[in-house]
Amino acid sequence: MKAVFKIWRGDAKGGEFRDYTTEVAEGMVVLDAIHDIQRTQAPDLACRWNCKAGKCGSCSAEVNGMPKLMCMTRLSELPLEKPVTVEPMKAFPVLKDLVTDVSWNFRVKKKIKPFKPRHPDAPDGTWRMQQEDIDRVQEFRKCIECFLCQDVCHVLRDHQMHERFIGPRFLIHVAALEMHPLDTEDRTEELRNKQGIGYCNITKCCTNVCPESIQITDNGIIPLKERVVDDFYDPFGWVWKGFKKLLNR
Amino acid sequence: MNGTTTLERRSFGETMRADVWWTQPLLVFIGLSIFIVYSTWAAFQGQNYFFGNYISPFYSPEILGDSPHSWFGPKPDWWPAWLIFSPALLVLWAPGGFRLTCYYYRGAYYKAFWADPPACTVGEPRKSYWGERSFPLIMQNVHRYFLYLAVLFLLVLAYDVWKALWFPDGFGIGIGTIVLAINVVLLGGYTFGCHSLRHLAGGLLDQFSKAPACYRAYTCVSCFNRRHMLWAWLSLFWVGFADLYVRLCAMGVWHDFRIV
Repeated sequence: MKAVFKIWRGDAKGGEFRDYTTEVAEGMVVLDAIHDIQRTQAPDLACRWNCKAGKCGSCSAEVNGMPKLMCMTRLSELPLEKPVTVEPMKAFPVLKDLVTDVSWNFRVKKKIKPFKPRHPDAPDGTWRMQQEDIDRVQEFRKCIECFLCQDVCHVLRDHQMHERFIGPRFLIHVAALEMHPLDTEDRTEELRNKQGIGYCNITKCCTNVCPESIQITDNGIIPLKERVVDDFYDPFGWVWKGFKKLLNR
Repeated sequence: MNGTTTLERRSFGETMRADVWWTQPLLVFIGLSIFIVYSTWAAFQGQNYFFGNYISPFYSPEILGDSPHSWFGPKPDWWPAWLIFSPALLVLWAPGGFRLTCYYYRGAYYKAFWADPPACTVGEPRKSYWGERSFPLIMQNVHRYFLYLAVLFLLVLAYDVWKALWFPDGFGIGIGTIVLAINVVLLGGYTFGCHSLRHLAGGLLDQFSKAPACYRAYTCVSCFNRRHMLWAWLSLFWVGFADLYVRLCAMGVWHDFRIV
């Protein structure tokens, strides 16, 4: 069976969709088709890929308008009677064809307050943690940094607020640090101001596209929003905290 | 950010998505619109809101009113003549505020009513964006206060179910009793899965092992929270239906069937 792929070709100056027809077979994923096209018709077609197992997060692109890992998108899931569109992620600058410059993400990550553990629990300099304390954080650690969540987030994608909002990926990173049982750093002030958590309007698009099925909104962003409410918007909470501090003295 | 994307910003409704992306926001728009129109109409009626030992959840607790369910008697004489009176208007703002500021509904109605965005990866109508960082949407942070009120309302509605078990001839169960009981169960499922409650029950802690009771509460709320959207819609539909049931019984359109 043959299928038509509409692939975006171009660079930072501009580009266009071009049609490629290729043979498809059972079990193929979009990345296989892209590689076939690269091998037979367009050797200069640029695409980033590595593991082909949905674990490296390299082959992120938009397939039929939705951010997806090309290596995990089976052709059998797509309506092949229509052309399949493949384009680069829209939230980041295009380098060439399907390859985007995601370096902004790494710069953002550097600005987040790092892990600051409490003093070691044991004389040998190690800590003790219970499984229930670390369960939440382990979910966030599944992130493969494919940046599909960043791409689908309309605050970055449509409103280009990269300077004011760190995006779902890094809110999850902050959540992993904030909720860590050993961490002693406080990041709520930064979350509210520099990192712009208030820009998230809970569309859950990030959760929908996450290839690791991390519940980004429910388990990460909303709990962080609630921590910001604790510190900045809840007068009863301040009184309660003050009362508890008095009792603990 | 260095450089610019070469793919231009898409206009309102523009997308490369091949699926029928507009179905979900459209269903949300229709569902919420029907509820808002019906509940507003029902709240302004001020009559046919009780039937014997049943009272409509839209009118409970009846702080002031003419029914035997009223807590503090009928409308006071000093009530201004120009000000519309309905017992529902005194209380409906609380559960209404709880739903309005609910994290699930926020995401849903931002899409369905404000197209912000209309759906994932679909072009938006406006270029400017404030999010929940500034007025008016910064007020959404009041959600936990509405949660406290919602829990109190739940207790009142549970008491209404208890009252619905007692007929003039003694204990009994009518279809209305079951309708009101289901209403409390569904509202309970929705309220006890609230994201704010999940946080307050234990989510705010970093070390669950030091507070086992909080951890159990957190786990329990998380269980409801996983289906928060489902609870939200079921409870929304049923609370409207419970009002309709009591109303139609009071109007004599429906006959309440006694099971026991």
